[in-house]
Amino acid sequence: MNFHLSDDQIALQDAVRSCVRGIGKGQLHRAAFDSADGHAPEFRDGLVALGALGVGIDQDYGGLGLKLVDLALVCEVLGQEAAPGGYTGHVLAALAVQVAGSPEQKQRWLPRLADGSSIATVALGGAQGWEPEDWTLRVEDSKLNGAGGFAVGADAADLVVVGLAGGGLTIVEMAPPSVTITPLDGSDRSRRLFDLHFTDAVADPLPIAAGPRIYDALLVLLCADAFGGASRVMELTADYARTRVQFGRPIGGFQGVKHQLANLLCEVEPCRGLLWYAALCFDLDLADRSRTIALAKAHLADRYMHMARSAIELHGGIGYTWEYDLQIWVKRAMFDFAYGGTPGVLRQRAVRLGCLD
Amino acid sequence: MDLNLGIEYEAFREEVAAFLAESWRPRTPGGDRLRQERAFRTLATQRGYLYRRYPRRYGGGEQPDDALKEQIIREELAKAGAPGEINSGGSKLLAPTLLSWGQDWQKERFLRAALHGEEIWCQGYSEPGAGSDLASIRTRAELDGDAWVINGQKIWTSNAAQADFMFALVRTEPDAPKHRGISYILLDMRAEGVTVRPLRQMTGESEFNEVFLDNVRTPADWIVGERGQGWQVSRTTLSFERAAVNPPPFIDALLQRLKDVARRRTRDGRPLIECTDIQQRIAEIEGYAMAHRYSVMRQVSMDSVGQDPGAAALCNKLVGTDIGQMIARLSQEMIGEEGLLMPAPGTSRENMDDVFWVMRSSSVAIAGGTSNIQRNIIAERALDLPREGKPA
Repeated sequence: MNFHLSDDQIALQDAVRSCVRGIGKGQLHRAAFDSADGHAPEFRDGLVALGALGVGIDQDYGGLGLKLVDLALVCEVLGQEAAPGGYTGHVLAALAVQVAGSPEQKQRWLPRLADGSSIATVALGGAQGWEPEDWTLRVEDSKLNGAGGFAVGADAADLVVVGLAGGGLTIVEMAPPSVTITPLDGSDRSRRLFDLHFTDAVADPLPIAAGPRIYDALLVLLCADAFGGASRVMELTADYARTRVQFGRPIGGFQGVKHQLANLLCEVEPCRGLLWYAALCFDLDLADRSRTIALAKAHLADRYMHMARSAIELHGGIGYTWEYDLQIWVKRAMFDFAYGGTPGVLRQRAVRLGCLD
Repeated sequence: MDLNLGIEYEAFREEVAAFLAESWRPRTPGGDRLRQERAFRTLATQRGYLYRRYPRRYGGGEQPDDALKEQIIREELAKAGAPGEINSGGSKLLAPTLLSWGQDWQKERFLRAALHGEEIWCQGYSEPGAGSDLASIRTRAELDGDAWVINGQKIWTSNAAQADFMFALVRTEPDAPKHRGISYILLDMRAEGVTVRPLRQMTGESEFNEVFLDNVRTPADWIVGERGQGWQVSRTTLSFERAAVNPPPFIDALLQRLKDVARRRTRDGRPLIECTDIQQRIAEIEGYAMAHRYSVMRQVSMDSVGQDPGAAALCNKLVGTDIGQMIARLSQEMIGEEGLLMPAPGTSRENMDDVFWVMRSSSVAIAGGTSNIQRNIIAERALDLPREGKPA
């Protein structure tokens, strides 16, 4: 059995971690969170230099030719570090073109997406429903009209992959005025959100209706972010408990605190295996793929949120301030909780897909 | 990363399956089932499929450590409905301790019979005044010529009435600090002065007992490890006991039962499994169970290549316990007012009705050390928080 990380995978995670921490004296997460537009060009260049934008893109098109599990490992580190930007949207758009695009579409976009000369994002569902069955946009006469919600980093994107009614996908280039983007006042300032509006926008649909597959991939990458984030919050909170002194001793010596932290570790730690399995479900296209991934995202989003809320409780007042970094992860937990569907919605999806049979 | 076992292991799986097809006849009508199981275990051990870490001269299969092969064997045995290793205090708790600490004559004398269930052992650890704080035991043993003379009381002793022997922690060095005054001693349950009194459990059954030891004599060399080393010796057993509590296959079986209860029972004429609130709760528990399953799979895979699985291994017992409690709570919701009644007459561990099942599930939080003790261990070893009673 090969259900552990290879040396290459460990090296990939280390490289991404060093890349994030090497920028702005380890304060990238804070600088981007507090900046006006959330852009981090130096970090993007760093990811490009690592080849991280092309992790899932075939080598024929200039990528590394790796799997979703490897993309998930990158996203885990980004979640741990609260790294800014739209990495997930970019790699999902690339994956969509790769699995569902025509040879021409692949030739045109994949090399550019791999080397970062074009940046992409996705608009998969949103307020009207995240699941592929809920998508409503239609391409008529090669034109797209209507709204697409919650696209991360759309202000920096050259193209967007949009989910269509029936589970199809289309490429749309960000050409104003046929595509307008409106910034939202998102709570997670490390992943800025935009509403999109299409007015006779030129659509280039992908020939294969791979929407459900790309939606599953989105959920897996959110799982990865959630696991990375939850582990970091765990670490941050245990550090605090070891060093914060009250009643003459570190608060981590009090059994009430110790037990709460032990319980939290027992919630978070087993999720590493769950994350890997969810990614493998996608890579191996296992029969239980969609329902397992839906359950995994529901579970991880709940665990991350619970970890984050408990961390505030364990920190006391400092944990509720803007200055203390914990709030950045709390808001990322809120993002991972709602984006792609809340735990309740996803559990109902898993039931529909047969998880109780 | 993938889920394939690789050619070597697939071949091993086929080998085990072929052996089982040839050697295990499930439920031969009229046959003596116990004798059949015993014969099968002997054969499977000779082939190296059971008791793999034990030398052949002590009744083991004597194979190199290979967590994956062990998992394959367990899976194939389960598939064929064939008996695996005997799950008893003797084979799971005493045997590994003897293997690590026992003298050669002790291994020779006790190991084979303990592994194969030919002699039954019970564990004499807890006392009325020493539960979680096990090191405060007061049962004492004094050397009198060629024998230890033991006086005291043990409690929560499973299978004491059936047991041939007990492995016990007793105080032999009353003047030493509490952890260093304990010895690990073996005794014959049929010796004069041993009295077993059954304890009735909340389910109505009697698994546990009190054992009174009144001037019980046991040979001077029936001590495992040195005098005063018993605490250290007993750690071997405790870590094995904890690892064995609530593994994923056990949790998965509980989950299956939970779904089964939801299918059988109705609310306003509708099967519970079609009610959204019940669906949500089962699906939530399923998330926990999946995480536990794949976390253990990850640990096995990492072990097999010499990587350290880290904190996850410390969490397994508590994770399994918590899932067991969630399942129990939801089951109780589903059995409704039947929870006002005692289990139906004739229900047993082998054939549990739903009420019995719900009541019994409370014990998962106790076996092998209570959950709060487990939380201390996790906090101190995995999170490096200050130790209990020792301000850093």
